[in-house]
Amino acid sequence: MKLHTISINNLKRRKAKMAFLTIGLTVGIATIVTLVTLTRSMSSDIERKMDEFGANILITPQSNGLAMNYGGISLGGVSFDQREIKESDLARIKTIANHKNVSVISPKVVGGIEVANHDVLLVGVNFDSELKLKQWWKVFGQTPQNVSELLLGSDAAKVLNVSTGDQLELKGEKFIVAGILEQTGSQDDALIFAALPRAQKILGKEGKITLAEVAALCSGCPIGDMVLQIAEKLPDAKVSAIQQVVEGRLKALDQFKRFSYAMAAVVIFIGSLIVFVTMMGSVNERTTEIGVFRAIGFRKSHIMRIILLEAALVSLLAGFLGYGVGMGGAKLALPFMAESKNAHLVWDSAIAFGSVGLALTLGVLASLYPALHASKMDPTEALRAL
Amino acid sequence: MALIEIKNVKKQYRSGDDIVEALSGVDISIEVGEFITIMGQSGSGKSTLLSVLGGMNHPTEGDVEMAGVKLYQLSSEKLADFRAQNLGFVFQSFHLIPYLTAMENVMLPLAIVKMAAEARKSAARQALERVGLGGKLDRLPNQLSGGEQERVAIARAIVNSPKILLADEPTGNLDSKTSEEVMALFRELNDAGQTVVMVTHNPENGRYADRSIVLRDGVIV
Repeated sequence: MKLHTISINNLKRRKAKMAFLTIGLTVGIATIVTLVTLTRSMSSDIERKMDEFGANILITPQSNGLAMNYGGISLGGVSFDQREIKESDLARIKTIANHKNVSVISPKVVGGIEVANHDVLLVGVNFDSELKLKQWWKVFGQTPQNVSELLLGSDAAKVLNVSTGDQLELKGEKFIVAGILEQTGSQDDALIFAALPRAQKILGKEGKITLAEVAALCSGCPIGDMVLQIAEKLPDAKVSAIQQVVEGRLKALDQFKRFSYAMAAVVIFIGSLIVFVTMMGSVNERTTEIGVFRAIGFRKSHIMRIILLEAALVSLLAGFLGYGVGMGGAKLALPFMAESKNAHLVWDSAIAFGSVGLALTLGVLASLYPALHASKMDPTEALRAL
Repeated sequence: MALIEIKNVKKQYRSGDDIVEALSGVDISIEVGEFITIMGQSGSGKSTLLSVLGGMNHPTEGDVEMAGVKLYQLSSEKLADFRAQNLGFVFQSFHLIPYLTAMENVMLPLAIVKMAAEARKSAARQALERVGLGGKLDRLPNQLSGGEQERVAIARAIVNSPKILLADEPTGNLDSKTSEEVMALFRELNDAGQTVVMVTHNPENGRYADRSIVLRDGVIV
């Protein structure tokens, strides 16, 4: 028989009231868990999408010359004032403060060549990073595995009349067509892709690149800051963000986050109110009981401990239930909220511990006044009979 | 030296604009091992006197000294400790905790004392056996008769071996036969050396006591 026996037995006796209190708190915690998990899962989904959408930072040479388009993106000047970026300089991108948010760096060298009497744009790429950046690419055949293999855009393959396995000669050097891209509807359709070092050699630009595309994981990372950080590291390059993609999505997510936090605040307030009213009612119902405790020598702190322990036990239970129900709710709601059908639910131990901790804090804080009120009860008043 | 010394105790209550004097200068001295009944009609001040004696009702004037300690010079928490160590209460309506078994109810005063779990159980078992309820340790209050509940209340009051046992109308809710059994139990405890102070309105109970104090309008007559 210890003080906790009193708390536990009282909870068992007042099952209906305590169930009401537990349900009230559980709903509150579950709502918060659902909102936070949905926000996180959607952020993660958007981050993943960012990768799929491709680059969101473009690094091009500083140029005073004429512009040239690449996939609707403005590149540096080429014809008259052509400058390149040193490939080795790209390593500096990994030293920026937000380097952890850099997902992919894809350097490219671009140059026009003549192939079988046709003017074609040859693009030297690092196939690993390029494929990671352009996840929408579908390749017939294989992606190039070595420097002697090429990847052709669908239009380029048609015009040059080649298919996978055919040989193609570029400026006297022989290559095998390893794969052909399915129609993308972009400028990629008209290009020939070769391994970066080989393309640099053919174009006479060894160690140089024309542009680099950078994909950043953008939820929570300030693209504007990253642009400035990269620009600082590469003073001779022009660094720009593809703002619409990034900002539009981040803005939508930010609005949802703010809505979630506002909802969470309202839910916390209502949850606290439920705990406060229920605990206050419970204390008032137990006036005589508390009077007996005080009469037989319980200190005020003993009374507070009994009441707060009850609140803590109920809150703990509500915390665990709330986490479970909340994650269930998030799982059900995610397909309707996220942009892609295969968005993954983020299981975060911080949310698990946070929800239990929040329930506990909420329950105990909201019960503090009722416990204090109980401890201050005059035993004579409480007993009346005496 | 007296175990309890009450000197010129006055207790006034405010009732609206009026001031009601429940005790008007009461002096009592109770020796160790005495069995005292405090009698009087309703409103005579006997329950107020018991609550003052129990360290739960601060007198407006006067001193209450118990076992050499001036009760109302103690802080409320020290007073709670004093009650836990020196006093046992038996209430008129038993006031057992409904969700605790007889054994747990009796162990209540020991819940705040540092002692081994087994020692607690042993003390509670002994107290219940002493009041004749050794076979009903695990019963909840609603599974016990009125007389049995009263016995559990008495066991709870004596489990910490208090210096003084205070009882407020312990037979008020019992039939005459059970009342006699309960009074005999108090007598038995007193014969074993327990000091008992009991408030009662039943003159019949006076015959079990060593001395009766009669209160009328807040004064001893």
